[in-house]
Amino acid sequence: MSDYIKENLNQDGIDRRGFLKCMAWAGTGALCVLQGGVLKSFALSDLMRQKISDLQGDLSFVQISDSHIGFNKAANTDVTATLREAIAKVNALPTPPLFVLHTGDLTHLSKAEEFDTLAESLKSLKTDQVFYVPGEHDVLNDNGEMFRKRFGQQDAGDGWYSFDKNGAHFIGLVNVMNLKAGGLGNLGSEQLAWLAKDVANLQSSMPVVVFAHIPLWGVYPEWGWGTDDSEQALAYLKRFGSVTVLNGHIHQTMQKIEGNVTFHTAASTAFPQPQPGQADSPGPMKVPDDKLRQLLGITHVNVVRGKHSLAIVDSTLASG
Amino acid sequence: MKNTRWILSAAVTLLTALAVVVSTGPGLAANTADQSASAAVQIDNFSFNPTSLTVPAGTTVTWTNNDDVPHTVVSDDKLFRSKALDSDDKFSYTFTKPGTYNYFCSVHPKMTAKIVVQ
Repeated sequence: MSDYIKENLNQDGIDRRGFLKCMAWAGTGALCVLQGGVLKSFALSDLMRQKISDLQGDLSFVQISDSHIGFNKAANTDVTATLREAIAKVNALPTPPLFVLHTGDLTHLSKAEEFDTLAESLKSLKTDQVFYVPGEHDVLNDNGEMFRKRFGQQDAGDGWYSFDKNGAHFIGLVNVMNLKAGGLGNLGSEQLAWLAKDVANLQSSMPVVVFAHIPLWGVYPEWGWGTDDSEQALAYLKRFGSVTVLNGHIHQTMQKIEGNVTFHTAASTAFPQPQPGQADSPGPMKVPDDKLRQLLGITHVNVVRGKHSLAIVDSTLASG
Repeated sequence: MKNTRWILSAAVTLLTALAVVVSTGPGLAANTADQSASAAVQIDNFSFNPTSLTVPAGTTVTWTNNDDVPHTVVSDDKLFRSKALDSDDKFSYTFTKPGTYNYFCSVHPKMTAKIVVQ
């Protein structure tokens, strides 16, 4: 039922009747996309038959996080099973994501066999590529060497990198190395200098997506939920019209919008953690068995060209 | 001849007695030292307990991780560093010199504590 609406009633380039039609459809599950002043509307059922990448440079990807392979205590005795459920959920999306981001804590104890299980599980993901950044649980014994060798993108520094996809710029940052006593997450001067250079020549209109394990804003510093030098990083991104920051670490979804920057954290696929200050410590939170899957999940992100902010949709393992 | 043998056996007895006395002395002292030579820190709920522990020089401190997540014990001055401690894992370090030793968990750096050695 795709429908190009071409009526231009007031000669000002705005298709009001089409707009009203779109608004009426919105309640029944339509997606309206404004492209060059013309409203294109698609019923969601119609979308399922199209590849999102065909929609003139738009792209969709998925973020998963905190799989903690190797964890086996009360909060979830089978984290590999819930990871597999998350993968099934990704594979059931109407359109396969162009790629998947894993925002860290792949493993619980940085053990080789845990990395093995993680890699093996992700083989069944229906996507072209998976990009990773490490969590503090991935770099416990060897300063992250095994992680970088198996899941890293480059040899330089502690493994930060960037890439472009369909006109958007993606930056993977590492903020779990060289942590100082009493401190929070840390990017470090070398990485910040690299970041400044990396974005220096980009158009301000280019959507930028930054992903790192520990939140780049002060969610709850008492529990280490923040990054000491993230302000400097965000300063380099201030001029961009659309910046999205995707993090993990806190094992619950949270969102904050500040100017052009949308901050978002994903749920874990392994176990939930308490909300800020709601418990003695940020450790694994045991919930009744039938509640567990309501607190685990994936995040689906759509970049629509010309839109200021990305469409970010969290879904839990419990939802259909 | 008989006299010499008597003197010899008496000397041996005396020496043995002395040896027993000598060996008992330090033995007693060692027992006392063993009782004060160890101390414990428990890791619970993302904190070191006690946060500040005072011990005499020569004490071996043993940390035990009671949490569901791994922690480490890392000296601020790089004097000691445990491997990642899983649940119920332990790490020990013997403090021989007096001083204040600040340490933290390198995985969760908000966890800080100290050992004061006197």
